[in-house]
Amino acid sequence: MMHSYGFRKFKNHLFFIICAICVIIAIIPLASILFEVTKNGAPQLSLTFLTGTNANGGIGPAIQGTLILIGLTSAIGIPIGILSGIYLSEFGNNKYAQNLRTINNIITQFPSIIIGITVYGILVLALGSFSALAGAIALAFILIPIVTRTTEESLKLVPNNIREASLALGAHNWRTTLNVVLPTAKNGLLTGTLLAVARIAGETAPLIMTIMGNRYFFQGLNQPLAALPLEIWKDALQPYPDVQARGWGAALILILIVLIVNIVVRIATRSKMKT
Amino acid sequence: MKSPNKQQQIQKTTKSKVTGDNIFKILTTIIATSALIILLITGYTLVKGSIPVVQNFGVNFFFGQQWNPVEGREIYGILPYILGTLTTSGVALLIGVPLSLGIAIFLVEMAPKSLRVPISYIIELLAAVPSVIYGLWGLRVLRGWMVTYIETPLSKYLGWIPIFSGNPQGLDIFTAGVILAIMIIPTIASLSKEVLTAVPNSIREGAYSIGATKWEVTKRWVLSYGKSGIFAAIILGLGRAIGETMAVTMLIGNATGPSAMPTSLFQSGQTMASLIANGFTEATAGSLKYSTYLGVGLTLLIMSLVINVGAHLIMTRVFKVKGGAIEQ
Repeated sequence: MMHSYGFRKFKNHLFFIICAICVIIAIIPLASILFEVTKNGAPQLSLTFLTGTNANGGIGPAIQGTLILIGLTSAIGIPIGILSGIYLSEFGNNKYAQNLRTINNIITQFPSIIIGITVYGILVLALGSFSALAGAIALAFILIPIVTRTTEESLKLVPNNIREASLALGAHNWRTTLNVVLPTAKNGLLTGTLLAVARIAGETAPLIMTIMGNRYFFQGLNQPLAALPLEIWKDALQPYPDVQARGWGAALILILIVLIVNIVVRIATRSKMKT
Repeated sequence: MKSPNKQQQIQKTTKSKVTGDNIFKILTTIIATSALIILLITGYTLVKGSIPVVQNFGVNFFFGQQWNPVEGREIYGILPYILGTLTTSGVALLIGVPLSLGIAIFLVEMAPKSLRVPISYIIELLAAVPSVIYGLWGLRVLRGWMVTYIETPLSKYLGWIPIFSGNPQGLDIFTAGVILAIMIIPTIASLSKEVLTAVPNSIREGAYSIGATKWEVTKRWVLSYGKSGIFAAIILGLGRAIGETMAVTMLIGNATGPSAMPTSLFQSGQTMASLIANGFTEATAGSLKYSTYLGVGLTLLIMSLVINVGAHLIMTRVFKVKGGAIEQ
């Protein structure tokens, strides 16, 4: 504080520049990732690449596998997550719900690989083989707590007088929740759920010990399954340039799925908030 | 004719009102218990699975360095991987925290309004990129940058310092730490942003009114007002770094045994998560090796629990909200 005003002003400018540099440094990796994935991945794209098996130079099974996993996981995880969220938000004013909320926050932070070995221990061993089902359950374990929390938060934003209005019209509690509260909160719900699904689409670690990977297309729920993240991982570690190129192509598809969902959701919610 | 019908109807609805609501409440209660079930299943599987290895080696499981899977002479000590996890996360924090704070301060205190939203979006997109793509990019791009621009000069001029000793080849603890730093930036930056936004403007106005510059206001008043919140943000970033698997697995070089002890930054290492990702599927269920991996998993889980619960407690106090209304 004893320094001259000029020096203090200089420090102030320096500080501004340093903070701006921090932002630039953080943006560089994202820009580089998008650039490299596009540069190396785009030349791979072709019909055979999207639909053929590895033997034909394609990643069809991996794309199919990821879509199947997304579908199965959503079918298991989203209803459970939303109903849990409804409980926490609509009936959550007690000790039990308070504890569940804390537990839910804790399992949201579990390292995903831990979920992988757990599902291996309870399901893969019991079924005797790696399977699409085990993969979907592992991903659902990750999805459920996120959807629960999103649901709870979106429902809490619904003003109470909307609930009261519905009850005053003679609607039952459960009708009020399903037909009035849920539709009111649907934007928040949709956003949160889509982002959560985009996140599990890119999860890799739990897939290693649940679906294992497969060179062929889907063969049944109790059989190993291919998936984009696994394809990228395995291809990246191979020394052959054409296999590595395939990995870049797979990375491009995966990042397109994830980023498009993210960007669309954010733009949609932004324009909603403005109005 | 009509009235009994109507009465019946009313009776029916009153009846179904009671049962419908109860059923709905009971149904959601049961389903909400799924969180508890996931927690119990995970805890049970890991604890039960790691009992054999802990019984076999006792404390040496946690403090041993040997890794010998040859049957009959099996020895498993996981100290190198515990330390590997702590070292990579430490490097990640050293690099990631200043950057994240710079970003948060820029967004809250300095950036023109028109830049704030786009920059926050970009930082949040960093969090959306899947871990395996960070790994791929790290392997093909970051590794080259690290070797050429950072590790070679460091080892040339500072090679006499033990942590910079060895021959830089890019697949090492340092590169893994750097990729982790990039991955935890969105967590720490966006939480710190929330914390700084929550600092009341009256504090800033008071400081400006006595003639402080923006830097002085931020350093002396805003940061100190928000320091426990920022601390919690950092801890949550640490929690993310500790459990991160794929990118680290692809970049850390995957050493095992005493050579995995993190003595230099330019040396192959191994974290607990990468150890599991690399070897878990090769272990036969019921074997000592399998139990070892579950033991590693349990250790990792406990570390991450302690960190996250700690951060959660601080956060709850800072924002004075009930459990988890603040999301990263």
